[in-house]
Amino acid sequence: MKKKKFTIAVTGLNAIDSPGPGVPVIRALRESKHFDVRIIGLSYEALEPGIYMHDLVDKTYQIPFPSSGIDSLLTRLKYINDIEKIDLIIPNFDAELFSFIKLVDTLEKKMKIKVFVPTIEQFEERHKVNLEAFGKKHKIKVPYSRTIFSTAEIPALKDQFTYPLVVKGKFYDASVAYTPEQAANYFNKITAKWGLPIIIQQFVHGQEVNVTAIGDGNGNTIGAVPMRKTYITDKGKAWAGISIADDKLMSMTKKMIKSSKWRGGLELEIIKTAEEDYYLLEINPRFPAWVYLAVGCGQNHPEALVRMAMGEEVKPFKKYDIGKMFIRYAYDMIVELKEFEKISTLGEL
Amino acid sequence: MNIKKNIALSDSGFVFDPSSGDSFSTNPIGLEIIKLLQNGKSADDIKKHITGAYMTDGDSFEKDFYDFVNMLQKLKIADGAEKK
Amino acid sequence: MPGSKIIFNGPDKTETDLKLAIENNSLIHIDHLDELYLIKELAVEMNKKPRVAIRVNMDTGVYPIWDRFGFNYENGQAWDAINKIMLNDKMELVGLHSHIGTFMLSPNAYGIAASKLSDLALGIKKKYKKNIQYLDLGGGFASKNTLKGSYLQGVDTSPTFDQYAEAISTAILNAGFVEDELPLLLLESGRSLIDEAGSLLGTVISNKRLSDGRRATIMDFGVNILFTSFWYDHKISPAQDFSQYTEDAVLYGPLCMNIDVIRENVTLPPLKRDDHVVVHTVGAYNMTQWMQFIAMRPAVVMIDMNEKAHVIRNRETLDSIESAEVMPEYLKKFKL
Repeated sequence: MKKKKFTIAVTGLNAIDSPGPGVPVIRALRESKHFDVRIIGLSYEALEPGIYMHDLVDKTYQIPFPSSGIDSLLTRLKYINDIEKIDLIIPNFDAELFSFIKLVDTLEKKMKIKVFVPTIEQFEERHKVNLEAFGKKHKIKVPYSRTIFSTAEIPALKDQFTYPLVVKGKFYDASVAYTPEQAANYFNKITAKWGLPIIIQQFVHGQEVNVTAIGDGNGNTIGAVPMRKTYITDKGKAWAGISIADDKLMSMTKKMIKSSKWRGGLELEIIKTAEEDYYLLEINPRFPAWVYLAVGCGQNHPEALVRMAMGEEVKPFKKYDIGKMFIRYAYDMIVELKEFEKISTLGEL
Repeated sequence: MNIKKNIALSDSGFVFDPSSGDSFSTNPIGLEIIKLLQNGKSADDIKKHITGAYMTDGDSFEKDFYDFVNMLQKLKIADGAEKK
Repeated sequence: MPGSKIIFNGPDKTETDLKLAIENNSLIHIDHLDELYLIKELAVEMNKKPRVAIRVNMDTGVYPIWDRFGFNYENGQAWDAINKIMLNDKMELVGLHSHIGTFMLSPNAYGIAASKLSDLALGIKKKYKKNIQYLDLGGGFASKNTLKGSYLQGVDTSPTFDQYAEAISTAILNAGFVEDELPLLLLESGRSLIDEAGSLLGTVISNKRLSDGRRATIMDFGVNILFTSFWYDHKISPAQDFSQYTEDAVLYGPLCMNIDVIRENVTLPPLKRDDHVVVHTVGAYNMTQWMQFIAMRPAVVMIDMNEKAHVIRNRETLDSIESAEVMPEYLKKFKL
């Protein structure tokens, strides 16, 4: 039987030193046994490597930055959809998810574009700012944290925290501060880029482990693969990692997806302490950049997401390969200036 | 005021400086003016041409032209400002 | 407006103010203990029973806590103040008030505030068998403006009235009031109602290129007129046809002061001298805070439901300033 062909738009083509998940998601989709794809890249900047990977991305369009508002995003998506007739959009950036979630109704009902993302409630409650309440609600341990709006609040932190503590941006960036001076320094650096507020989180000693997973929106975990980073870049990103067996971690993931009825891909960042306590540090509301490891372990999560979005019933994966590694590598593409010119002046390539 | 020799222009308004690797984009009028400058036209020639071809007066043109040329110099697409 | 319909709030209430408020049977929202004791004295002196509420501050999960106003909930100050009023029959405690902050982007914080006020009200009912007549949840509701430093647009992220209403009413309905003893709910929704109703029309004075190459556009309005540009990134749009080409620019006001910046960075089509712009969502906190400084303040025009324009405040003239000035006698004779 001939496979169906879907036109899927994907963001996060920034396969750089702090990579977006777009390129690995596209690789996963291209390997689907259930369908073929035409991939439309959605980019923000002209130097996102995915734009130039023509064996992965069929055509790329620039879209406006999330900071310019939902209206301008919708106008652009309408233009693109008129040409490409998109079946599904997979947003891969935290900062853009708010806009796409708000647009779900318009995209699905008026433009017939599927979007398989968490609800706005799920998106908000897992937000770093709200993570503590989320932990309480779903009975998951979360390091003590609070939100601050000014460096003037830093001196008093010593009453509630013990240094070191983690200074986090609303969307991205996290740095470990060992002194109030360092905390103030990180506060300024991070707010300059991502705005207010800043989240201060108690630093928990232990081993960081991560889980990439996907929920069907009814409480079922369709797939989940835990990984430990074996090599970390100076930006704290995984350069290499290995899939691990950890029943406690898996049951924590399933519990979290069950009680929140999570819809779509997600990544859990967790600290496992020496006492084997698990602390949830962060929930990223989309696939991580290392999601291709799940494919390598026998669970194609992006494929499952597409099938669910298209209304198919997808059975949960039962197993994954343990001890599979991923090792990220840098690769220099040779790009003609003509191509760069096209994407930067016309916004299409 | 001269446009640097090897500056490459394309019809889309893409301006490329091969000596630095920098690239910029300009609108159609900007592109037209750079081309005129490349062909050695003087500011007066260009003023005559632009005010003849478009609905603009001499003073408005001069203000915008001055600003544009300053920018070309700042971006090192044109030779630097005259030194006193 | 009859005095009995006025809520008198704020930390600065003089003895004269309070006497007038008591005379008129206004609702006095007590901010601190000094005020509480003063009202008690005045009540005896005037032989009246003033109607009072206390302002309560609290942790609603949102920082900073506005604990400079009113009595704190968590440390028991609020309950203590309530007892001081209830155990003394000189005043009648009719309401409880909170005002948790400004431009609150979290509806849930109002839910928490409503729960905590309800808890106090139910505590009063239990201990003194008295029903509190109203809960005043105050204001702070966000408009569709974009706060400086926020990454997303306010028009996309500010909660809707429905979201605020859901949070507040759910909290009160679940608090445990007997149905026919539910208190009246008061809200102070000024900014969120009026902000979008106001626009500022302005004109370009000039363009220049800054030494670092950035484009700067000087407008005929600055922080003197648009005070809120200190904390909002106001949306600004050209009021005439424009091309698709844009450039990043700094927008300056007309004052000869370096702080007079309307937008540090805005993407606009290049504007020429005499071009007009519209600054959106300026209805709140501008006319109350604008200043006469270097330039006169402009006229205010209201456009009615039939799109008819009415001047509702005249443009300032020299006389508007001079009319309030008084020249000392000995200077009148001074010759330039």
